[in-house]
Amino acid sequence: MGKRTIIPFGPQHPVLPEPIHLDLVIEDETVVEAIPSIGFIHRGLEKLVEKKEYTEMVYVIERICGICSFGHGWGYCAAVEGAMDVKVPERAEYLRTIWHEMSRIHSHLLWLGLLADGFGFESLFMHCWRVRETVLDLLEKTTGGRVIFSVCKVGGVRKDIDNETMKEIVDTLNGLKKEIKELTDVFLADRSVKNRLCGVGVLSKEEAMELGTVGPMARASGLRQDMRLTGDHGVYDQLDFEPVTAEEGDSYARCKVRIGEVFQSIELIEKAAVKIPDGPISVEVKGNVEGECVTRLEQPRGEAYYYAKGAGTKFLERMRVRTPTNQNIPALVKTLQGCDLADVPMLVLTIDPCISCTER
Amino acid sequence: MSYVTKSPWVIHYDGSSCNGCDIEVLACLTPMYDVERFGIINTGNPKHADVFLVTGSVNEQNKAVVKQIYEQMPDPKVVVAVGICANNGGIFKECYNILGGVDTVIPVDVYVPGCAARPEAIIDGVVKGLGVLQEKRNAMASGTAAAIPEPEPAANTEKEEA
Repeated sequence: MGKRTIIPFGPQHPVLPEPIHLDLVIEDETVVEAIPSIGFIHRGLEKLVEKKEYTEMVYVIERICGICSFGHGWGYCAAVEGAMDVKVPERAEYLRTIWHEMSRIHSHLLWLGLLADGFGFESLFMHCWRVRETVLDLLEKTTGGRVIFSVCKVGGVRKDIDNETMKEIVDTLNGLKKEIKELTDVFLADRSVKNRLCGVGVLSKEEAMELGTVGPMARASGLRQDMRLTGDHGVYDQLDFEPVTAEEGDSYARCKVRIGEVFQSIELIEKAAVKIPDGPISVEVKGNVEGECVTRLEQPRGEAYYYAKGAGTKFLERMRVRTPTNQNIPALVKTLQGCDLADVPMLVLTIDPCISCTER
Repeated sequence: MSYVTKSPWVIHYDGSSCNGCDIEVLACLTPMYDVERFGIINTGNPKHADVFLVTGSVNEQNKAVVKQIYEQMPDPKVVVAVGICANNGGIFKECYNILGGVDTVIPVDVYVPGCAARPEAIIDGVVKGLGVLQEKRNAMASGTAAAIPEPEPAANTEKEEA
């Protein structure tokens, strides 16, 4: 047995856009144990419900995370709507689904770029982010913001997408397919990339189940688990949704699942654009929240959980968010055991960590 | 722009922001905005950096990290606070774990507003920061104590102008 050394990783580290700290116990070049410590971005947003009215709180909740901001706003609105028994117009649900899927495309492209940066393929990183800008332009055109949209409100959405713009969205995304295919072929077929990804950080189906992993991480280990299947939110039940899964459970499988989801999201938007009904985009919401409600939503990173409880005043009594990265950290610690030190940055990236979400 | 004769390297740290400004900082480096054509490179090593981009309003736990990165950077150096919550706390101002702005911990030279700050605004802020950097460099060369210029807000390229 070699001598054990502890190497600190983070919080400020070149591969991480956000701070997380890991103490890596290593023996020669092999990681024996990883001890995470978090708290670098904890702001205490949940406590703010006592100071912000429940309608204003949407803006705060959106700023839990700048990457999945739309989903957070939606999850919170759905929880409040559930507690108030508000029925959202169908057109609003369709619009929410379309924006949510566009967020997923931009989030996955962002992640693919960061992963490429993680394994040292700089030009691939740049190309992924170049393609992502087109999606951001569409989001900016329809919502007015690049990363924080503020289009979701309690009772519906603030902006409508007219038929012409809807057609432009579908055409642009269809045009992007070819470019995305070129990039993803590199991830899936390039020998040097496969060398870094195949068989690295394997998480078996049983382990994934036991550690409570969610999202693409769980689906890459063969679990057919996706909150879009439950029909709780959006109009996925009308779009013949079937989650993308893989069996291998390694980094390559996680990459494959997310790539599959990019194309799937484009298809879902196409279908939704055809089926979207005419009608109002929001209903008037009167009174205060009385009662409680739990909603679950499939974020780009996995299942997110929202809880809202009101006692008849304009402020909520309690608000709780549980985010996907939080659920995936035990799996990260597990996959890090026994890996090479040089693979650590890449393995940290394969769970698609969003520390802002985790710590709120 | 005549002072952009050198290649300033930037270091970026997320001091408890929502991630929105951080991905916009990264977007500045990628082909759409591409600041690398001006010689600006994102480095992970504080000792290589001239410009410190901080996002987020800093909390108790990362206060020490922000300070330590600032202290490791060689003089002359410039701090750019990116996003409204790095400026004064913004929407998180009332949170219990928020100190309220980067300038509560380290001196800030340029404030970039916006939530999230747009890449154009961030680039504008960095360019303004380069002017400050040149002033500091001149002050160091002439042997006078490094002048501390008044912080100037970067132009907000968001909707106001439209």
